[in-house]
Amino acid sequence: MSATATAQGTPVQLTDLRRVYGGVAALDGLTLHLEPGELVALLGPSGCGKTTALRCLAGLEDPDSGTIEVGGRDVTRIPTNKRDMGMVFQAYSLFPHMTARQNVEFGLELRGRDRSARRARAAEMLDLVGLGKHADKYAHQMSGGQQQRVALARALAIEPQVLLLDEPLSALDAKVRTQLRDEIRRIQLEVGTTTLFVTHDQEEALAVADRVGVMSTGRLEQVAAPAELYTSPRTPFVADFVGLTNRLRARVEGGRAQVLGGSIPLLEGSATGPDVVVLVRPEGVTVAPAEGASAAGSASVVSASFLGGHGRVIARTTDDELVTVQVPNTDVTRYRPGDAVVLGPRGDAALAVSAD
Amino acid sequence: MAESATARPAGALRRLRPSGALAGVVPFFAYTTVFLLIPTLVVVIGAFLDGDNRFTLGNLDGLSSPSVVRGIVQSLVLSAVTSVGGAAIGGLLAYAVSTARDGSVTKRFFTSLCGVLAQFGGVALAFAFIASFGGTGLLTVLLGKVGVSTGTGFWLYEWDSGLMLVYLYFQIPLMLIVFLPAVEGLRPQWREATETLGGTTWTYWRRVAAPILFPSFVGATLLLFTNAFSAYATAKALVSQGSPLIPLQIGSTFTSEVILGQENLGKAMALAMVAVVAVVMAVYAWLDKRASRWMQR
Repeated sequence: MSATATAQGTPVQLTDLRRVYGGVAALDGLTLHLEPGELVALLGPSGCGKTTALRCLAGLEDPDSGTIEVGGRDVTRIPTNKRDMGMVFQAYSLFPHMTARQNVEFGLELRGRDRSARRARAAEMLDLVGLGKHADKYAHQMSGGQQQRVALARALAIEPQVLLLDEPLSALDAKVRTQLRDEIRRIQLEVGTTTLFVTHDQEEALAVADRVGVMSTGRLEQVAAPAELYTSPRTPFVADFVGLTNRLRARVEGGRAQVLGGSIPLLEGSATGPDVVVLVRPEGVTVAPAEGASAAGSASVVSASFLGGHGRVIARTTDDELVTVQVPNTDVTRYRPGDAVVLGPRGDAALAVSAD
Repeated sequence: MAESATARPAGALRRLRPSGALAGVVPFFAYTTVFLLIPTLVVVIGAFLDGDNRFTLGNLDGLSSPSVVRGIVQSLVLSAVTSVGGAAIGGLLAYAVSTARDGSVTKRFFTSLCGVLAQFGGVALAFAFIASFGGTGLLTVLLGKVGVSTGTGFWLYEWDSGLMLVYLYFQIPLMLIVFLPAVEGLRPQWREATETLGGTTWTYWRRVAAPILFPSFVGATLLLFTNAFSAYATAKALVSQGSPLIPLQIGSTFTSEVILGQENLGKAMALAMVAVVAVVMAVYAWLDKRASRWMQR
């Protein structure tokens, strides 16, 4: 592994990977490309195959078929210890009988680096993750967040071609998780290593990744930049899984969906039938106190919640549909349960699925 | 009742709670007092008294007599050999069992079996071996019929052959039970981390698994050592000639109809055993603390 390749990142290509466990396909024809230096997050519910994909790339699992190429080289049948990949596990992966420094030096020692070079590199990596002063601590003397930082330093110390992060934040509490998430992104951008990040936490995936791949039942539903994934989901699963979604009955007229007394454009891949269900984000709906006689979009408030940075109003329409609306946090107090309100579409394009 | 309880100040109730909690452990303290503390005191005090209950160091001088020294040395050798042998074989078996799926029939069968075998000792175990390997034992006869001679069968009654084999019979399953949790505590992530960092299976065992297991392994071996060192009934049932081991010599000082008035020498020998076991257990406790710190989540 050359230093140049690390600095520029290495392309990764997974092609038509299949892996079946006891008749269940954990990977069902997964194809994914990672650009050099890119951070791609694989997002999906438990059992969707995202971890299997990462483990296949690491060499810890063998795919039944398909190919894995790293830097243009087919590594599908190459053993893990020859793949030159750094990996951070969910938790508890530090060697408990070694200090933080010894953990970071371990991979370098296996590569035959001399003691002074190892020391220098370990110190550099521990400084990078902000733990330079904790080099002599053992795993049991560090917090979960610190342990994961050391694990990241250990993985990066060997200058891997690819960095693999297997839900590295899932065992941490919320505050540390957010801090370390941002830290991981900063470090990844700094070292420029191509990275595959597996998570079931959509906020995490959207926050750190250049692109997010949403997986379901062994298949990749959509790979896109976070904003595109959120605003233009290509499948109902993606629309449902990423962010909150209102499922609202609508009619399609002239390529637009008539919903909540207004009309909105439909995204590519939407159902075309006259009666559809549109998937609308809470921020894609407007709400205002009702004035005068009832009109299209009339509803009554079920609840109004203050959520810190924003507020949320849930209202029931005259068609008995529950609609969640995101409002500025200062507006929450305007709505009380039972209040009459008028809902309307903001106008953002949405995905429509068949009403059947 | 209810009124008086209500009337009692909250502080008084709080003060009562600890004593209520202590009441739960009274049976335990009573048990250890009667069966551990008092016998230990009797041994310690008796080791420094003569036949007229006057203070003396003569009993400790008696520990240097050739027969006692021989008994101590032979007990140490027997304990060391069977603990190391039991630890090696039991350790490998523990690893084999750990590879079975959690809750599988295989794992439950072996752990249950070892739980029973580890406690199988004394006259019953001695008889089982005599019936199998004795001069007219079943296996001795069967082997003889196919032309394999196991000798006269007297080897079974020697401390440095038969007794070692019999001790191994309960040492191996004890090792499996004691060491299995440590082996199962090895996390798959450690092996996978080693591999992703460029290591092989050999690297993993040499650099990661072995150092992590080492304190537990040595600790379990020390436990086996004390188990063998203090075993009495099995040796007593199997060894009929002389008293080659220190527990048997202690027994003789209390029960022999030939050597009289040696009870306090027996207590001095028991004190020596207590000292050996105390040292071994102190090392064990230190190792166990270290190992459990590494294994904690």
